[in-house]
Amino acid sequence: MYRFSSFRDFDWMLLTLVSLMSILSVLEIKSATLHTRFRGFDHKQIGFLLVGVLLMFLISRIDYHRLVDIAPWAYGIGLLLLVAVRLVGTKVMGGRRWINLGGGIHFQPSEWVKLVLILVMARFFWGLAGRQPGWMDIAKVFALIGVPMGLVLIQPDLGTALTYFPILVAGLFLGGIRVRQVIVLLLGFLLLIGGAWMSGKRLKPYQMARLTSFIDPGSDPHGAGYQILQSKIAVGSGGLWGKGTNQGTQTQGDFLPIPYTDFIFAAFCEEHGFVGGVGVLLLYFLILMRLIENAQQASDMPGAFLVMGVVAVLLFQIVVNIGMVVGLMPVTGIPLPLMSYGGSSILFTFLALGIVMNVRMRRFVN
Amino acid sequence: MALISKTERHNDRDEKVSANKLHATQYIVVLVLAVLAAGMWRLQILGVDSYRVLAEANRVRKEPVRAPRGKIFDREGRILVDNYPSVSCYLLREQSKDLNADIPLIARGLDLPVDQIQSTLRRYASSPKYVSIPLKQDITQDEQAFIEAHRNELPELETFDEQRRLYPRDGFAAHLIGYVGEVSEEDLNSSKFDFYQPGDVVGKSGVEETYDEVLRGTDGSRDVIVDSHGKEVGQLGQQLAIPGKDLRLTIDLDVQRAAELAMEGHNGALVAMDPHTGEILAMVSRPAFDPNQFSVRLTKDYWSQIVNDPDHPMMNKAIQAQDAPGSTFKIIMSLAGLEEGVAQDMRVMCNGGGTFYGRFFACDKHHGMVDIEHGIEWSCDTFYYTLAEKLGIDTIAKYATEVGLSQKTGIDLPDEAAGTMPSTAWKLKTQHEKWYAGETISVGIGQGSVQVTPLQLARALSGIASGGVLKRPHVVFPDELPPEMSSAIVQSFPGSGDRVIPITPENWETITDAMAAVTVTGTASAVHLEGIDFAGKTGTAQLVNHSIGGNNLLTGNARANAWFVGMAPRRNPDIVVAVLAEHGGWGAEAAAPLAAQVINAFVTKQRQREGNILRLTNASKPAASPAPSPNGIPTASANPAIRPGAANTPAVNRP
Repeated sequence: MYRFSSFRDFDWMLLTLVSLMSILSVLEIKSATLHTRFRGFDHKQIGFLLVGVLLMFLISRIDYHRLVDIAPWAYGIGLLLLVAVRLVGTKVMGGRRWINLGGGIHFQPSEWVKLVLILVMARFFWGLAGRQPGWMDIAKVFALIGVPMGLVLIQPDLGTALTYFPILVAGLFLGGIRVRQVIVLLLGFLLLIGGAWMSGKRLKPYQMARLTSFIDPGSDPHGAGYQILQSKIAVGSGGLWGKGTNQGTQTQGDFLPIPYTDFIFAAFCEEHGFVGGVGVLLLYFLILMRLIENAQQASDMPGAFLVMGVVAVLLFQIVVNIGMVVGLMPVTGIPLPLMSYGGSSILFTFLALGIVMNVRMRRFVN
Repeated sequence: MALISKTERHNDRDEKVSANKLHATQYIVVLVLAVLAAGMWRLQILGVDSYRVLAEANRVRKEPVRAPRGKIFDREGRILVDNYPSVSCYLLREQSKDLNADIPLIARGLDLPVDQIQSTLRRYASSPKYVSIPLKQDITQDEQAFIEAHRNELPELETFDEQRRLYPRDGFAAHLIGYVGEVSEEDLNSSKFDFYQPGDVVGKSGVEETYDEVLRGTDGSRDVIVDSHGKEVGQLGQQLAIPGKDLRLTIDLDVQRAAELAMEGHNGALVAMDPHTGEILAMVSRPAFDPNQFSVRLTKDYWSQIVNDPDHPMMNKAIQAQDAPGSTFKIIMSLAGLEEGVAQDMRVMCNGGGTFYGRFFACDKHHGMVDIEHGIEWSCDTFYYTLAEKLGIDTIAKYATEVGLSQKTGIDLPDEAAGTMPSTAWKLKTQHEKWYAGETISVGIGQGSVQVTPLQLARALSGIASGGVLKRPHVVFPDELPPEMSSAIVQSFPGSGDRVIPITPENWETITDAMAAVTVTGTASAVHLEGIDFAGKTGTAQLVNHSIGGNNLLTGNARANAWFVGMAPRRNPDIVVAVLAEHGGWGAEAAAPLAAQVINAFVTKQRQREGNILRLTNASKPAASPAPSPNGIPTASANPAIRPGAANTPAVNRP
């Protein structure tokens, strides 16, 4: 039915950009863990990256239309897994997020659900067949995203739950939501936020502390405000050229919190300065532009939706993470894609990129 | 899934995402990344100077706050092990640029060898820089002055107050209590020490080791803001140290003191236990070591002196010395003989020995006609040679094993020895040879391959004298421990535990009556305690085979070991004492007097208490005139327990 696709059509340009990013990531993880008990995480990261690239090639072989076809099943399984993690999950740092598979492998269902939601969005808007979404459709989209989001929120994992939101926004935007509808939704959303803020009961104390410390960093010197302050000092003191590899006093002196995961960009900016930091932003710019280009060349609507779902999630994570590092956003615990250490995050990113490759390889179909 | 309608695939061509919208997202990406770049510009270009100043001033230091170890008390709440405040020197790596250049000066000032400092630094090479390295513990006033005087040259040196262990002097109860020391590198690699950090202080032997988990507590830390000179300017946060829990031992300080005094000048061990409960009342091993020397960094001289001492000062001989029990074994022989129905009517003519399997076995005297009572009282070897021949080795081994020989008693102290009880199966297993009947004869007098620890002997006698009730010896009251700990302790010492063995009452009376005669008209009549129902059995275990049974005890390291096991009263005793005086010669001369001293001290204290209680009860009756106490009230009776054997009753609750 579809034309044979070969690896000649694979996006080698994108892979080159992503590889460059991955090298920077491994080097910075090495530097940031040099004097800690996490020494050697750079090697583990290389392992995750290799598995990630392998998965990327594998998923690009399966026609994305088939992936979209199985989306409802994947969605059902995803919800079951999110319920299961409540029951049998391992408790780490106040949240039940992982299922221990044994052998030191931990499975984080909420990361995979992100991928499933991108597929579900593509499928849903494909189903509308070009029709502009009515209020009923919007309600359905909110329900589709809202249920898993709620399940992740009660884990509690605010960070990952928030990353589902851009998928919804991208879907509605590309699906042709009307300006009138957007205004109504925004008003409702503001009202909801206001209500939640008043009651203050929706957020866990540590989440509350993060939000309040964002507004008033001096309130909790050793809590979340302390983390943002240390992060700003790290970035600021890096200056134009940075202090050099392994030379960051904030990074090496253990002032910067978790400098190999959530705050890796602060560590990078301290050691490589404004020049290095903007270099990374430029790489992200090229990657995102390349992705959007792939969406433009997609042969059909679900293909474009898939790619733009990936774009939305990546852009959101970049903005929230770097925004946090430079003190523009609160601490939410969202990793920086392609930079932060961590198996689940790396595997999600590469699987997502694999889907993009998939769409690109079939761009001349029909 | 009903929310997703079934898709229809024809007219795909028309369903394309609007190109304008995709184009718009490109602008969104550019805008968003530009905002982030602006945020970086604000910090890194505009704010660089102020953030550099902040980074420079940003020196937070993690200072350890050591949890004080729990104190150790005797059964009446009198302190045995205390803590004292001391000052330790730590090295802070982030304070100095080139530590190696400073090492010679540090070595001189703190009186440490250069290579020792270097090896310490290597050990911490992989730990985070903010972790302070313990350099020298319990430093002197002069060394403190050196650190103060070199604040500018050596900002990396810092002093912290810590609590150190203060043990009794002169090795009092040293083997029982044990000592603490810095956790070793080998230990850190074993799974048992998963949660320990280098520099942690752990129990290395005795109660300190067994109950380390209870005693140690949890260290805390302080996050301190310091200026560029390392001077504290503020505190960011702290994690309080949780002090270790105190531990009450079953030891009675008065009995222990009597035991220490008795063992003065002897090598060997003495152990006293309460047969009703298995509580250890006193435990002494000689020669002793000074645990205070171990709690601070051990000097090489003291260590080599201890290690090279032929008398093994580090060994807790009460539970680790495995020696032939000599004639004390005749108690177990008598039990076997009587329970088997062989010894009751046995009469043996002793002419200074007897010939068995073609070999002459000597006795130290011509005892004439001997029955079981006199066999015990006079310790006639000829009688027991004959009994051993009649019983056979496996019957003897059966009874010896029943009363706990050749197995650990399960005491809550580390590295207990199991001893040996030979049998045909044992010989086949260990030497792959069959047992020769001739070997049984010397086993009859506790020689040959029989090996026991003083504690095993005390427990065996406790069981026999209590009508067959054997208790697991212990030095800490199990129900005073955290519940999960007490079950773990019991499981980790899978000794014989508590058990009851059947003993015919007449046989029990025969043995204990004969043992009472030992201290009146028998081998130990010289240590007779007037007015105390003191029973016992001497033992003289020859170490060189050809002299066994004879009168030649030899000299020096070949001289016979002196043994004595005693108790009071003779049946259902409140105390059993086992004494091993290594190379002491005759049991009656070298060991029996030591046991008698301890039993005398114990019974005297017991009676004073009873006197006090009598006086108090009389005083509480208004009509009765208070009876004057014949004895002065000893200091120890400030919180008197009714009876030292009263199990697990906190002494402080007494009136």
